Amino acid sequence: MTFGCRWAGMWAEADEARMRLYCVLDYAGDSLLLSAEAPLETTEFTSQTPHFPAADRMERHARDLFGVIFVDHPDPRRWTRHCAWPENWHPLHPAQAGDPPTPGRTPADVDYPFAAVHGNGVFEIPVGPVHAGIIEPGHFRFHAAGEPVLKLEERLGYVHKGIERLAVGRDPAGLARLAARVSGDSAVAHAWAACQAMERAAGIEAPPRALALRGLLAERERVANHLGDIGAICNDVGFAFAHVQTARLRERWQRRNRECFGHRLLMDTLVPGGVARDLPVGAAENLCADHAALRREVEPLFDIIDDHPPLDDRLVGTGVLSLENARALGCTGYLGKASGCGFDLRRDAPYAPYDALEVPLVTDSEGDTAARVRVRMAEVRASLDLMDQLLDAMPSGETTAPLPTPLPGAIGFGQVEGWRGETLAWVRFDNAGRIARYFPRDPSWFYWPALERLIMGEIVPDFPVCNKSVNGSYSGVDL
Amino acid sequence: MLRILAHILRTGIVTEPPPATDDATLEALGLELRRAIDARFGRSLALRFIDAGSCNGCELEVHALANPYYDLERFGVGFVASPRHADALLITGPVSRHMETALRRTWRAMPSPKFVIAAGQCACDGGEFGVSYASCGAVENVLPVDVKIPGCPPAPDDIIRGLLAALNLTAENPHIRVSRIG
Repeated sequence: MTFGCRWAGMWAEADEARMRLYCVLDYAGDSLLLSAEAPLETTEFTSQTPHFPAADRMERHARDLFGVIFVDHPDPRRWTRHCAWPENWHPLHPAQAGDPPTPGRTPADVDYPFAAVHGNGVFEIPVGPVHAGIIEPGHFRFHAAGEPVLKLEERLGYVHKGIERLAVGRDPAGLARLAARVSGDSAVAHAWAACQAMERAAGIEAPPRALALRGLLAERERVANHLGDIGAICNDVGFAFAHVQTARLRERWQRRNRECFGHRLLMDTLVPGGVARDLPVGAAENLCADHAALRREVEPLFDIIDDHPPLDDRLVGTGVLSLENARALGCTGYLGKASGCGFDLRRDAPYAPYDALEVPLVTDSEGDTAARVRVRMAEVRASLDLMDQLLDAMPSGETTAPLPTPLPGAIGFGQVEGWRGETLAWVRFDNAGRIARYFPRDPSWFYWPALERLIMGEIVPDFPVCNKSVNGSYSGVDL
Repeated sequence: MLRILAHILRTGIVTEPPPATDDATLEALGLELRRAIDARFGRSLALRFIDAGSCNGCELEVHALANPYYDLERFGVGFVASPRHADALLITGPVSRHMETALRRTWRAMPSPKFVIAAGQCACDGGEFGVSYASCGAVENVLPVDVKIPGCPPAPDDIIRGLLAALNLTAENPHIRVSRIG
């Protein structure tokens, strides 16, 4: 938008005297980190939301957790806070070290002022937080007239479990463990971003072998999630065949994860300074054979998904996210790529091991659900190639480097391309080498507002498949 | 269509026998589970799933129960959309304070007899998140829990073992703690 920059994130930080605000702007792969300060008594900052719509929820999140006041913010409603703690109590404000004045049982969040749409024949459909399927909790408020959706408003925050406050006082290993659980499907992405941030704060880099293994783990996470999503999207429009096939492939993939790396979802495989364990003997050959086998399996399967008219009937033209909207909201990952934003950190701001690899540009221009499936399929293929290259040129040597105690107040910024898109982590150490501040910025912060936009005008029955094709993380933004 | 049928034929059946420690008991165990469900739950065990604050790792593994390797439905266990149709509540995550009321209401909406299964470390003891301004911790801090399935997240076979425990079939399994069968 402004200056051609992509707005990539914002978070607050406070010590006894001052409140500090950070904001990341990205321009063609270069990141600009801006900060502003105010004394704690007058923590007023000008809102960025009128200029960058993507800033909306992150500013409301900072307002709820820190008590920062954003002047000119268009939306005065609470966001992360429901009713579990009082309005004037801010869990991350330095004056509030203890527990909040507890309300006992948490009341239901019944008085949240949802926007209303008035008009002849307009009705409201409230959904959630408990959904019909096996998914995370959140609330959706549809306004519809007949079948077409006039407006969708999301209300998230149900799985807020205080991650940012839990991080305070942890040691680096403890933070890596917590980061792996910011969003269960992005265990590698968040752990890598957090480890990268801590390593930068300590002024070290993980050994080359560890970095190559991290790359391998991140690609494995990408493949597993894309396989699951491709099948789930097909399943949502009644094409169970694809769902069964991809679920089968994903299961085999996860079993190999457990065998080689000790965890089906790859949690706790990354530690500050490197990786938790080296590849077992003979694993590289098995993995290469897996890649070849998966290639053989997905080619005919992806061909069918690509060219199956009943599937096209439901996916083509459904839930279009325009390039303008994708840009305005700063969408990265498959959501941005399907709408024509080809940004990929591995390619545009490469970090080891990707700086030695050629990451193909995967984009599509349609911006619909079918395009999001196509981008995922292309990313599976690309990841298989990248993993082969990583195993081919796997450096020898150590898999961890000791993490020296960072200087008091040392800061670190981590940036990795997770399977969902650009994943950031911000870390500040205290005087004793422990964590004073951690903020993980999941790509889902931009995915959820995009869902609100791309569902407009679609019919209510198409919401599940649109939602599935976007697949924002609840836990990753509720924190 | 032919391509799809050919693909299905090529894939074959990948479904595995139900997990157990002793291979010889596999077949018997499956039958026994089936019989227990037939007798006690009218031929099917209906689970209502609820994420009370998890990181979504447990959900991925609960989803995996439906993949052709585990194919949970063959045991007569299925997931239902409404708590009113459910025999048991399968809960993941620490209970976030923001989900506390929704969880209680879901449980209250279930007909008796009903039981509660806490799946995953967070649901069992609060896990990585514990008790805080934002989290009530373990499920048992909010609802009476009958069966706990530890693991972060528990693998699909652990969850199946937990379900067997819920039916009082493998009560001596050291990995599963059966606190109370309701």
